[in-house]
Amino acid sequence: MGKTIRLKKGYNIKIEGAASNTSITDYVSPTYAIKPTDFFGIAPIPKLIPNIGDEVKAGDPLFYDKTNPSWVYSSPVSGEVVEQKRGPKRRVEEVVIMADSNQQYRDFGRLDASASKAEVEQRLLESGCWQFIRQRPFNVTANPADTPKAVFISGFDTSPMAPDYAVVMKGREADFQAGVNALSKFASVHVSTPTGASIPAYQNLSGAEVHSFSGPHPAGNVGVQIHHIDPIKKGEVVWTVNPQDVLIIGKLMNEGIFDATRIITVGGPTAINPGYFRVKQGVNVKDLIGDAEHSRVISGDVLSGTKINNDGFLGFYDTQLSVVEEGDSYEMFGWLLPSYPRPTRSRSLIGSFLRNKPFKVNTNTHGEHRAFVVSGQYEDVLPMDVYPVHLIKAILANDFDGMEGLGIYEVVEEDLALCEFVCTSKQSVQATLRDGLDYMREQA
Amino acid sequence: MKKFFRNLFDNMHHKAGDNPFLRTTVDAFDTFMFTPKETTHGKGVHIRDGMDLKRTMIMVVLPLTLLYLFGAWNIGHHHYLVAGMAEEATLLQKFLYGLLQIIPTFIVVHAVGLGIEFLFAAKKGHSVEEGFLVSGALIPLIMPPGTPLWMTAIAVAFAVIFAKEAFGGTGMNIWNVALMARVFVFFAYPAAISGDVTPVLDDTGKLQSKNYVWIENDHNLLHNAFGNFFKVNEYDAAYADMILSPDAISGATPLAVAATGLEIDGKEYVGWEAVQQMWTTKELLFGIIPGSVGEMFKPLILLGAIFLVLMGVGSWRIMVSFAVGAAIAGIIMNVMPGASDFMKVPFQYQFLMGSLLFALAFMATDPVTAAQTNMGKLWYGFLIGFVGMIVRVINPAYPEGWMLAILFMNTFAPLIDHMVLSRNIKRRMAHATN
Repeated sequence: MGKTIRLKKGYNIKIEGAASNTSITDYVSPTYAIKPTDFFGIAPIPKLIPNIGDEVKAGDPLFYDKTNPSWVYSSPVSGEVVEQKRGPKRRVEEVVIMADSNQQYRDFGRLDASASKAEVEQRLLESGCWQFIRQRPFNVTANPADTPKAVFISGFDTSPMAPDYAVVMKGREADFQAGVNALSKFASVHVSTPTGASIPAYQNLSGAEVHSFSGPHPAGNVGVQIHHIDPIKKGEVVWTVNPQDVLIIGKLMNEGIFDATRIITVGGPTAINPGYFRVKQGVNVKDLIGDAEHSRVISGDVLSGTKINNDGFLGFYDTQLSVVEEGDSYEMFGWLLPSYPRPTRSRSLIGSFLRNKPFKVNTNTHGEHRAFVVSGQYEDVLPMDVYPVHLIKAILANDFDGMEGLGIYEVVEEDLALCEFVCTSKQSVQATLRDGLDYMREQA
Repeated sequence: MKKFFRNLFDNMHHKAGDNPFLRTTVDAFDTFMFTPKETTHGKGVHIRDGMDLKRTMIMVVLPLTLLYLFGAWNIGHHHYLVAGMAEEATLLQKFLYGLLQIIPTFIVVHAVGLGIEFLFAAKKGHSVEEGFLVSGALIPLIMPPGTPLWMTAIAVAFAVIFAKEAFGGTGMNIWNVALMARVFVFFAYPAAISGDVTPVLDDTGKLQSKNYVWIENDHNLLHNAFGNFFKVNEYDAAYADMILSPDAISGATPLAVAATGLEIDGKEYVGWEAVQQMWTTKELLFGIIPGSVGEMFKPLILLGAIFLVLMGVGSWRIMVSFAVGAAIAGIIMNVMPGASDFMKVPFQYQFLMGSLLFALAFMATDPVTAAQTNMGKLWYGFLIGFVGMIVRVINPAYPEGWMLAILFMNTFAPLIDHMVLSRNIKRRMAHATN
């Protein structure tokens, strides 16, 4: 049995319009897309495989990475390739597929628990499922040549408006077990479960160590959990997989098909129809969002997600859509006498006393960018033995030894997202961290 | 109304055009009145905490405002006390009189300080930062009473240019800006900072009255305008008698009294006893004593400290460890063999004298110049308390130590943090696999 860890630092942001009804609606959109921009560590112009007009099955490759040709990226649905959208410098931004009404799956053949590591690796690579495995440090697609110290799966999500994994995992015990079996070929597997929750997929799991975590966000972040289970040291590599992607891998093993189905939540103050939806990866969000006016659609959570267009596509790794109002309006004496409650850690604002009431959040920065002034804020929301301000300053100064020593290998953007949220000086913590991670990767 | 002002600012932005000074000035007032419509980027956080630097700074200014109000009354009270009119003068009169003393300093500090800030902001093309809101509120509170305005102006200019803008502005300075202004006066014009109070003794050596240094400078332009209201003329007569009396001799502040002792009626008093001859413990606690404007009313300062901690602006780690450091230094000096009379002052009374509590609440907790790691803050506060007490008691020239101790520890704060971080780095790298 794994560890039981209670975390105290952190902050839960309650947001109005989060999905409350946990009944799941099936949703199918006319088009789906895979976006090369969702992946870190991929060459900017991948090699496209099918041409526009070609038919593909679910699991057929859409493109591969030129530097790592074994990294293929598969179509989540069967249908016709209708667009290969290019951006600046001919960068590929989206590969769009018009979905068939009758989904057809490429048959990869089953693999049972006795399959060898090489067979599993081969199957994951050819099906595109390898992309679900990401490595730390750097949060990039795992390198098959590496020997990871362990594979970590955070079995729950504490970010604002995230899906409840008791709902997501219900009835999927066999697929989860198969997925864990496949991953355990590479290294020992660690799974985390929220303390006190009853999720059979984790409780009855064999072949993995199950740890239980409690505490406010970011207790559900896999990076925070790794730090408390077995921290990443210099020179070590660990792999992480999202639990829903473990299900997809499991189904690949059990049934031999790439079924990129996942359950997502749609929510937020201006979301027309909040709730749980069963969709395929890369789903078009236009009808899910509805006519959310003057709003920002975020693929992912409000702390570390990516802004997408109202008719854009869900990101490769994302399991939620957040819809919040754009806060592009002036507020008279907003810093002195705020005109509406807003989430905050500062007891000088009414918002800190309304923690159980959901907030109608918007994207206003609530103040201007400044140099670092207040100290101790970041540390209060980061349950790790890391000095985030000093790490960020080491990155800004391109101090290689400082970054390494202060723990850049242990964190990725989502882990420091709350630090960026609470920052009085409105610093761009996550963007800076990504610069640092990219810099360290180049040096490595 | 909102629309009117919004249009006004939009117009002014338009008119300011490319002139950098006008642009930053309009921008400063605009952002003061309106929180900008700026939104988060497409990547990173999409929502932000409601707290910003303006509000952070104003949370420090709020408790300081109460100290201003009390300080104004106190100055007026002592003014009328010296003139022998403390009974007749009304609360309002005392208060207004004190305000007349404070306001010119306040205006000069802000005109000089903000003027320089605006110029630098325009030159560097960034927005005017809020740091000076707090520095500007602190400086009049910590300047020695009666510091001439021109001296204050030079000190502020020195502090803002050399201690702040030279390092890159708000958030970048190494030393506390307000203390740099005071330390400038301290070293450049030592005479202005000498004693704060002159006890007036009659020819038998009996304490007759207490006379305050600020009175020497208490005539400014405003007095001519308000002279009648404040009965300045009657007061002047009483004051002139006293100051010119050959029988009057000079003395010093509670701290100076504790340091040098006092002879009254041919009897010698030393240390805390001497202080007690002039002021009761209650007077010290409630600040019915001379000193800088801000440091007097201890209960209000303590409330301010609690307020800062509750608002998350001031660090309790620094405050508590500061108090512990000062107390330990005080206790050591109490029990040390061969201690001087000043060293023997019971350590708890040291907290009532001088600016210890004010320094603890408002000066040491400046987040920019303090240590920034939680462990570092404990060391930083402790060392200020410890070193400051030693400077206060053992320094032969000037019986107060916080200004120097804080600036000293400001210098070493990065080193303290470096040591804390080194331990973290060592812990991490010890297990590196290559």
